[in-house]
Amino acid sequence: MENTCDNIISTLAPCLTQLGWNQGLAEFISTLLGVLLVAIFPLVLVILLIWVERKVAARVQDRIGPNRVGPFGLLQNVADAVKLIIKEDITPAGADRLIYNLAPIIAMLSVVLIWAVVPFTPYNIGADLDIGVLYFVGISSIGTLAIMMAGWSSNNKYALLGAFRVVAQLVSYEVPMVLSLLVPVMLAGTMSMQELSFAQLGMWFIVVTPVSAFIFYVSNLAETGRAPFDLIEAESELVAGYNIEYSGMKFGLFMANEFMHAFTANLLFAVLFLGAWAGPGATAIPFLGFVYLMIKTSIVYVPSLILRATVPRVRIDQMMAFNWKFLVPLAIINVIVMAFAIMLVKTLGLAPAPELASDFLANLPQTAVYILANLIVVAAAGAMIRGSVRRDRLALAAARTQPDSEPEALPAPVAQHS
Amino acid sequence: MLELNPTSIAFFIFSVLSIGGALGVVFSRNLIHGALFLIVSLFGGAGLFVILAAPFLAAVQVLVYIGAIAILVIFAVMLTRSMTNIREIFNRQWWIGAIASVALLVVLVVGVILPTWGPGGTNSDIVLSETTASLQDLGVALVSGNQFVLPFEVASLLLTAAMVGAIVIARDNESY
Amino acid sequence: MVPLWMFLVVSAVVFCIGAYGVLSRRNAVAILMSVELMLNAVNINLVAFWRFLAPQNMAGQAFVAFVFVVAAAEAAVGLAIIIAVYRNHRSVIVDDVNVLRG
Repeated sequence: MENTCDNIISTLAPCLTQLGWNQGLAEFISTLLGVLLVAIFPLVLVILLIWVERKVAARVQDRIGPNRVGPFGLLQNVADAVKLIIKEDITPAGADRLIYNLAPIIAMLSVVLIWAVVPFTPYNIGADLDIGVLYFVGISSIGTLAIMMAGWSSNNKYALLGAFRVVAQLVSYEVPMVLSLLVPVMLAGTMSMQELSFAQLGMWFIVVTPVSAFIFYVSNLAETGRAPFDLIEAESELVAGYNIEYSGMKFGLFMANEFMHAFTANLLFAVLFLGAWAGPGATAIPFLGFVYLMIKTSIVYVPSLILRATVPRVRIDQMMAFNWKFLVPLAIINVIVMAFAIMLVKTLGLAPAPELASDFLANLPQTAVYILANLIVVAAAGAMIRGSVRRDRLALAAARTQPDSEPEALPAPVAQHS
Repeated sequence: MLELNPTSIAFFIFSVLSIGGALGVVFSRNLIHGALFLIVSLFGGAGLFVILAAPFLAAVQVLVYIGAIAILVIFAVMLTRSMTNIREIFNRQWWIGAIASVALLVVLVVGVILPTWGPGGTNSDIVLSETTASLQDLGVALVSGNQFVLPFEVASLLLTAAMVGAIVIARDNESY
Repeated sequence: MVPLWMFLVVSAVVFCIGAYGVLSRRNAVAILMSVELMLNAVNINLVAFWRFLAPQNMAGQAFVAFVFVVAAAEAAVGLAIIIAVYRNHRSVIVDDVNVLRG
C-alpha cells in the first residue's frame, strides 16, 4: 500500500477506499478533516496566546501575571472564556440585530481564512493558491468591513466614530503593506506561498530585503491594531471604540480575534521573510518544519508584545502623517530600487544556477547587491527624516521668536510737549 | 441538463448569491442593508470568477470592490442620511423602468444568448480547453509593448485624476 | 463544467436588475450601487467569454482589470459629487436636485 505523508487526502482516502467506501466520499471526508484541522488550530492556539501576552506584559511591568488558575496560570483563559459564555446575551435597543450578531463572526472569519494558505511543512499546505499573497491581502480587507459593520450596527455614536477612525487607519496602512509585499513576490517570481518558501532555501528574504521586512512589520502592527497603533481599542479614550456595545461571548470573539490576528500577521511575516519551514532537517522530517515555523513566529511575536507594554499610543493625525508622508514614499522607493537591483543581478548574471539555488554560499553575490540596494533606500529614508525634522525645527523656531518680540512702543502723546 | 458535480453546485450557490444580492440592492429600503447586499452580490461574482479559472480577478474583486469600493459606499450612506426615512424608494416612473429592463432581459436571453450558445444554438459545441494562460501571461500582457502597456499607463493616469478630483470636490471649503 | 450560456444568463439577469435600479431608485447612492452591479455583470460576462472562447489570449482578463480600474475611479468621483450635493442641498434624492430647471 503506497502511503505517502504528502497531504491528508492521499493518506486517509486510500485507507477509507480500501475499507469499501465510495472514492468521492472518501476524498470529501478527508478534505473536510483537513479543513477542520487547519481551522481549529488557530482557535485553540489563541488560548495559549492570551496567556503568553498576559505573562509578558506582567513581567515588563514587574509583576507576575496570572498564576492561580492551573499550573502557571495556564487555565486562566479557560476561566475567562467560561465567564464570558455564561454572561447574558444583550442586544442594544435600536441595533440592527442581524448585522450586530454577524460582525464578530465575519471578523473572526477573516483571520481564520488566512491559515488556509500558510505552508506548514514542505509538503503540507491547506491550498497552494497561485495567488497566495494577494489572497492574504484580500481577506484582510474583509476584516475592515466587519469592524465597519460592528460600529454602525451598535446604534451608538461613539461606536460609529471609533469605527470611522479604525477603518481610516486600516485602509491607509494597507497601501504600504501591499507595496512591501511586492518585493518578495518580485524576488521569488511568484505569488504562491509554497513557492516563496522554496525560494528562500538559499537566503532568507529578511537578509535580502530588510527594508521591506521593516515596512511589512510596521504595517502589520497598524493593520492588527497593536501598539503603538492601538487606537482601535483605545481603552483610555473613546470608551473602547467600536466594541463598546458588545458584551459576553461576542466581545470575547472580538478580543480573541485581535490576538489571533496579531499571531497570524506575524506568522505571515515568518513565512514571507524568515523562510517559513526552512531549517536543518525540515525536508526529511516534515513535522520539524512546522516546529521551526512556530519558533520563528514566536521570535517575531514576542517583541510585539513587549512593544505593546512599553510604547505609548500615537494620535490619529500622527498615525496618518507617518503613513502617508513616510511609509508610503519609502515603500515606493523601495520597490523601484529593488526592481533595479533585480534587473542588475540578472544582467550581471549573479544569480546562482538552478541546482545550487538552495546553497547558502552560491546566493551570497546577489545578496550583496540587494543589501547595497537596501542601503540606498535606507539613505533615502534618512534624508526624508532629516528633511522633516529640519522643517519641524525651523517651524518651531519661527513660532518661538514671534511671541518674544516686544510689541512696538506706543508713541509718546504729543500733548506733553506743548 | 446539468450533472451534479461540485462545480455545478458551486455555480448554483454563487449565482444565487449574485442574483439575490442584486435584488436586495435594488429593493431594500434601508441603504446600509443595500450596501451589504451589494457586498453579497460582489462576493458571488468573485466566486464565479474562481469557477471560471480566473483566481487573480477573484482576489482583485474581493480586494478592490469589497474591500474599498463597498466601504466607500457605506461611508457615503452614513454621511448622507436624511432625517426622514419614510419616503418612497422608487420614483413615479418605476413602471417604465420595469418594462424596459424586463424587455432588455428577454431580448438578451431569448434573442442573443440562447440561439447562439444555448443548447440548440449555432455555437453550442464549444470545447472547453483545459489549459488557460497563466498569471505570468497576464503580467507580461499588461506591461509588454505590443499588448496593453498603453491602457495600463492611461489607467494609472485616470486613477490619479479621479483621486485628485474626488478630494477637490468633496473638500469642505468653509474651513479654509 | 457549467455550459457558457448559463454564465451569460446570470450576467444578463444581474445587468437588468442593475438597470432597473438605475432607472427607478430615487436615492443617488442607491443609483450608484446599481451602476456597480451593472459593471460587475459585465465583468462576469467578459470572464465567461474569455474562459470558453479564447483562454490562451490574455486580452479578456486585461479588459476586466481595466473595467475594475474605471469602476473604482467612477465610484470615487461619483460619491464625492453626491457628498458635495448633500452639503449644499441637504438631500440626496435626485428629484430634489432641480436647481437648473427652467
